[in-house]
Amino acid sequence: MAFVQNLPFISIILSLFAGPLSSILSGKKAKWVNLAVITIIGCMSAAVLGFVMQSGKPYVYMMGHFPAPWGNEIRVGLLEAAMALFFCIVMFLCMLGGSRERSLEVEEPKENLYYVMVNLLLSSLLALIYTNDLFTAYVFVEINTISACGLIMIRQNGRTIEAATRYMIMSLLGSGLFLLGICFLYDVTGHLLMSNIKEQVKILSETGTYHIPLLVSLGLMSIGLAIKSALYPFHAWLPDAYGYSTLSSAAILSSLVSKGYIFLLVKIFYRVIGFDVVRDSKVINVLFVFGIIGMIVGSIDAIKESNIRRMIAYSSIAQIGYIYMGFGLGTTAGVIASVFHIISHAATKALLFVAASGLTDASGDSTDFFDLTGAGYRNKLAGVAFTVGSLSMVGFPMFAGFISKLLFAQAGVESSHKMLMTLVALAISTVLNAVYFMKTVIRIYTPEWKAGIEKKNFTKVTAVQQPAKSVALVCFILLNLVLGLGSEPIIRLFENGLKMFA
Amino acid sequence: MNLANLLNNYEEAVAMILFGIGFSNLLLQKNLIKKIIGLNIMDTAMYLFLALKGFVAGHKAPIVVDGVQSVEAYINPIPGGLVLTGIVVSVSVSALMLSLTIRLYRRYHTLDLDAITTQLKKEGL
Repeated sequence: MAFVQNLPFISIILSLFAGPLSSILSGKKAKWVNLAVITIIGCMSAAVLGFVMQSGKPYVYMMGHFPAPWGNEIRVGLLEAAMALFFCIVMFLCMLGGSRERSLEVEEPKENLYYVMVNLLLSSLLALIYTNDLFTAYVFVEINTISACGLIMIRQNGRTIEAATRYMIMSLLGSGLFLLGICFLYDVTGHLLMSNIKEQVKILSETGTYHIPLLVSLGLMSIGLAIKSALYPFHAWLPDAYGYSTLSSAAILSSLVSKGYIFLLVKIFYRVIGFDVVRDSKVINVLFVFGIIGMIVGSIDAIKESNIRRMIAYSSIAQIGYIYMGFGLGTTAGVIASVFHIISHAATKALLFVAASGLTDASGDSTDFFDLTGAGYRNKLAGVAFTVGSLSMVGFPMFAGFISKLLFAQAGVESSHKMLMTLVALAISTVLNAVYFMKTVIRIYTPEWKAGIEKKNFTKVTAVQQPAKSVALVCFILLNLVLGLGSEPIIRLFENGLKMFA
Repeated sequence: MNLANLLNNYEEAVAMILFGIGFSNLLLQKNLIKKIIGLNIMDTAMYLFLALKGFVAGHKAPIVVDGVQSVEAYINPIPGGLVLTGIVVSVSVSALMLSLTIRLYRRYHTLDLDAITTQLKKEGL
């Protein structure tokens, strides 16, 4: 066994220990520890990715050398390693981009607690990506929820506490349903390890026994994770949680936390239930319908919103809808499109949050739509970054969002009876996206004198004044371009990764 | 036939009814404390369900005494382990919810989540 194969476990445990360690450090030191941990884990994930690419097959890592039905396992394939690497990159950039806001908005003695949360969040995300055991997944889902709640409420005002409470309530409903689904599945299959469950499910679905419990369990797990990742009817907590928390929290929550749950759902579809069984069940149709409603309702809400942070948050609901629509198509092409959209949305949404805060910095910290008039001239880099993010969201060629829309459309054409609905929904949602994003881009590039708005507290912000944020913005733009222009190898990697899931 | 099944497995049915009660309380109650009570009912119902799934009539608790190692002698220990883990999760989540409730109560002097939202909108924060 090569040493590299230990790295997934080491990366989980490293960030898990960095959490408690941060609680006894000062805020500044904790920050460096956090950045170092994310960097190290990113490098380790890259090494693991290289190893799996070379060997060309996934491997299973036994915890404590207990063999299959008794021990806990970590399973590493192409898709897992790639996701871990990508999550580390986005998290690093989010932490970098939001460092100025954190020092302003988080009380000094509580600063190190923030890093406790971030480290635990990273470790739970990695565990969700790598684990091969359903109950371990449940435990880390809860750790993820608790640390995400901490990230929301670290900025102490009424809004964030209320948002955190609502977030907790919805998340707990979701994890209750998810746990119930796992219990049913354990009940009918007698296993908790994903590979063993899949063998049993295969036998059960061939003989047709326990058909209803299986269906119920699949439904409960899907709905539970859908609630937690804010699929349309369960999205009420989202705008407040993303709109009022501190910048790096909002960016991390929108780009990583909800994606962790969705990735777990992909794993459940492929590794636990088996995609054939999932396709034959009617559960994916439910996800398809709610995904499409979410795509449209989220965009309409975003158009009505005048607070820019909340507008971007509402746009997240629409994008989550896209991802579930891809699952709902019931084809591997649809799932590949969804997985690509997970990363393209993560890269773009974090960029938009950071860029929007750069624009509000130049507008006297006002998040109101009209106060942003001409902000693109006052903070040039943020203006460019916001434009790039908007174009990517709308689906302009060259950027990440275009590729995912293209993949969705291609997947939609392949599936015969859902083709029309998918294409119509994509078209409507793209137009709606364009309405609110282009409206904002035009607003930030309208000179103040032209709009007839007079404001005194407008300030010019140059890229040098906020070095960390500028670096983060440039990296995010590059990431978007890489995803948009070099998508071919990434898509092939996802295809191979999904094949490895089987 | 179905009814007889239900009556034979009445413990599981009770667990599911309790789960429903807890779930709807957590979802629908306005009062935060009642929500947390609902959460705990929901989690406890799950532990009841899990414990039932591990129980085998006539078998003993899975602690090896007098060197008896046959599988026939003991009940399934795994659900017990799952319940323990679940309890730990549930305790920490309840503690977090209670602390959030205290924060909100100190600020707004009410436990009604909708009233708090209305006040927040008035503040226009």
